[in-house]
Amino acid sequence: MAIRYDPDVASPEQSPADDHPRYDYGVFSFASKAEVLEKSKEYWNPGKTQFWIDSGVPLVIDRREEYFIYDMSGKRLIDVHLNGGTYNLGHRNPEVVQAVTVAMQHFDVGNHHFPSLARTALAEALVASAPAGLTKVIYGSGGGEAIDIALKTARHATGKRRILSIVKAYHGHTGLAVGTGDERFSKLFLSDNPEDFPHVPFNDLAAMEEALQGRDIAAVIMETIPATYGFPLPEPGYLRAVKALCEKYDALYIADEVQTGLMRTGELWAITKEGITPDIMVTGKGISGGIYPIACVLVSERCAGWLTEDGFGHISTFGGAELGCIAAIKALEICSRTETRSMVHYISDFIGRGLRQIQATYPDWFIGIRQNGVVMGLEFDDPQGAKYVMKHLYENGVWAIFSTLDPRVLQYKPGILLKPEIAEELLDRTEVAIGKAYREVRGLRGSR
Amino acid sequence: MSAFVDIPLEPAGVPHGRAMVERAEWAARAFATYDIASVRRIAMAAAQAGEAHARQLADAAVAETGFGVAEHKFLKNVACSIGIWNTYADDDYVSPVIDQARKIVEIPRPAGVVFALTPSTNPVATVMFKIMLCLLTRNAIIVSPHPYAKRCSAEAARVMRDAAIAAGAPDGCIQVLEEPSIPLINALMTDERVDVIVATGGTPMVRSAYRSGNPAIGVGPGNVPVLVDATADIPAAAARIVASKSFDNSILCTNESVLIAEEAIAERLQQAMKREGASFLDEEQVARVCGVIFEQGHFNTAWVGKSAAQIAEAAGIKVPKGTLILVAPFDLVVPEQVLAHEKLCPVLGWVTVPNAARGISAAMAVLRITGAGHSAAIHSEDPGTIMEYASRVRVLRVAVNVGNSLGSAGIETNLAPTMTIGTGFFGRSSVGENLQPAHLVNRTRIACNADARMPMPDFSGLDAWQAPQGAVPAYPLASNAAGAPAIEPRTNGRGDAATMAGDGTDELRDEIRRMVIEELRQIIKG
Repeated sequence: MAIRYDPDVASPEQSPADDHPRYDYGVFSFASKAEVLEKSKEYWNPGKTQFWIDSGVPLVIDRREEYFIYDMSGKRLIDVHLNGGTYNLGHRNPEVVQAVTVAMQHFDVGNHHFPSLARTALAEALVASAPAGLTKVIYGSGGGEAIDIALKTARHATGKRRILSIVKAYHGHTGLAVGTGDERFSKLFLSDNPEDFPHVPFNDLAAMEEALQGRDIAAVIMETIPATYGFPLPEPGYLRAVKALCEKYDALYIADEVQTGLMRTGELWAITKEGITPDIMVTGKGISGGIYPIACVLVSERCAGWLTEDGFGHISTFGGAELGCIAAIKALEICSRTETRSMVHYISDFIGRGLRQIQATYPDWFIGIRQNGVVMGLEFDDPQGAKYVMKHLYENGVWAIFSTLDPRVLQYKPGILLKPEIAEELLDRTEVAIGKAYREVRGLRGSR
Repeated sequence: MSAFVDIPLEPAGVPHGRAMVERAEWAARAFATYDIASVRRIAMAAAQAGEAHARQLADAAVAETGFGVAEHKFLKNVACSIGIWNTYADDDYVSPVIDQARKIVEIPRPAGVVFALTPSTNPVATVMFKIMLCLLTRNAIIVSPHPYAKRCSAEAARVMRDAAIAAGAPDGCIQVLEEPSIPLINALMTDERVDVIVATGGTPMVRSAYRSGNPAIGVGPGNVPVLVDATADIPAAAARIVASKSFDNSILCTNESVLIAEEAIAERLQQAMKREGASFLDEEQVARVCGVIFEQGHFNTAWVGKSAAQIAEAAGIKVPKGTLILVAPFDLVVPEQVLAHEKLCPVLGWVTVPNAARGISAAMAVLRITGAGHSAAIHSEDPGTIMEYASRVRVLRVAVNVGNSLGSAGIETNLAPTMTIGTGFFGRSSVGENLQPAHLVNRTRIACNADARMPMPDFSGLDAWQAPQGAVPAYPLASNAAGAPAIEPRTNGRGDAATMAGDGTDELRDEIRRMVIEELRQIIKG
């Protein structure tokens, strides 16, 4: 697609000198970024559009490649939000793009009823990659649907209805998934259902056991590291103990690996670092390669019964779309490489050290680093601290997002194929932004 | 799958190859901060592992390629592992060097990612050699073996990698292409993240390394004249030439190609060489042998590294038992004479000349055909003739009174021991010496004001580098798990660097040196 402007010389908010639209994308065009923002409010989502303008992040993503996104103004940002790991392999990863481009000469979404080439191939690859005991794969079109499938599967397998999750959990916004999460997203739509979806505090084994004792829980669902809660780390041994409690009280353990899977912790699936095999495991986001939406549920033989009893039990036109399967096969292959694993260990080590150095400069402001591989939460000493840091990072060329359910914490998620020189640049920019946010927050509070 | 599409695709294997380069970049960054003690520990461990597997890998190379003599390959493998370590054990390509007089401090800085192309003829030895050079200089290396020798080459790289990692080397600092292909090699040669290409192999490959746009050290082919003049110790010369020409069935590019004998001693030399295992061919036999090993004027590579007996049999010639080389006389060194070209098999060209001056002219003619910048040998007691020979023949090393195979390769002379002969400007190469560690390092120079009134800051006692703390990179344990008894993660297959402390290194080194010298002596003599 030909885009008729040069991002290096474009000055953002100017209108074009002639009548031709400056931003021409082939099937649509805009005269200016201002026009996009205006129409975004008018036709799409006024609340969200205005929120970002008010937050000092007036971003409309235009060009994208590797770990860079470019605002319509041409401003370049290093992406360490990655849409929760969707761009784990970078934006428009050339290998994934090539795989899907080739596939489009032959495949389309496919017919969801029939056995399929690509769905079968991906399922086999996923099972081979997964902790032992996960033997079948069910597809959704996105993470929320996949979580719904996992919860329905648990209910079918156990004959129980109640699903236990942690306080401030986040597993998506679909019918069942939204019930497992914070009421921030369920009450709005009258979808909170505390009877079927009890919540217990994170890292609290006593509360977990108390909730399970009644033996009426179908499954405990856990993100291996809760992302939207700011990546608080499970205490060593906590998840293993939860799994043991599940076994004791006949509940299933569902591992939500949407943000922690695909090598982000330095192993393909973070749950294997905890030494446990879940009954059900969900992957999404990054498995799409950021190119074609898909999410997958891996289940044990015990849980897979409904697939034999009534294979039409869950129907999804786009779930397991064949083009998505092809993107996923390639994404899984890249994530699984020895080279990739080695690089994640290097990146994790390098960024971790760099952040600790920055922390030493601002010890009473940058108060914590939660890190497991390239899954990172940066804690700041202000109830809204991460929002300030996010804004200054944006101004300094980095895109990272605050944690919705704990805005003290910045989600900081470098890509798993990050190059050394970009990692260095990222740390330079981060150091400056953290310092600026520090001075701004101090100013707001009145200095010492 | 691509059968039903018609869009251009990146060839299979290339994306994985690029991933190796990316990994190597991280490894190189980490390696570039290691201190000399760590580097020595790692290089020695890799060398020992290479030596321990030298025989097995020599057998594997012969089995896979069908070239050469396992016993001689064993010798080269030893020379290129522990031999290289012994040569450079006391050298330091790592620590800053202070020159008080010039008020300059030099800080060694490795190239980074070395892309190393290795040949089928000396596969394991060249892999070991280049890995050793990279370890001594803190470079990450990606070995691209010749497809004919990919299995033994990859195994050699793995053996040294495992030992290096166990001794604390950074993960990914030694990688090898398991499935080399032309598109993959081209893609990596032109990848701008490769810092230097070190190319040993055929001319087309070396030239494409130079065309890649990346810094490259490439070497050209040889075509070695050896002059024996009237002053030479004839029995000694005969023994050395036959041993050298038969060494690994002439597979080293330093093997003698054309013997130029002064007429006064030609008959004596011939008799002496016969006693050493040379078979002199008559005119008809020469034609038959040429019919076998040359095809339309070019050396047929099917005969690379094959034995004299195999060649004689194929030519239908009866030769005495114990024949090590075939000697093919001809009259004149000219391009249309196939025997004046490089022959990587134990067939030696033979011309006689009335005097040393004409011999030098003949040697110059050999080098006009091919092999410029490479090597030549001379057996002579006359310093004037040797000087004349060395200053007129277009080569960059002249081995004197020693077999050229191991002489110009630095194993039986005090040149840098090497599997890669720099052919310099004569041979269209950037390096004119035997490839050695110094070629893979640049130096940052701290240059102080020359004004005598300005004192030079005191840099003594400062080291720019550190020993790594544990495995590199550290395993990514959760940040709240530090100190906690972690669940055993899958390991990277690396050992504990701390267990490889340097105590007793010197004694061990001396012991190894003695063993190697003894081995070399026995193999060469036997």
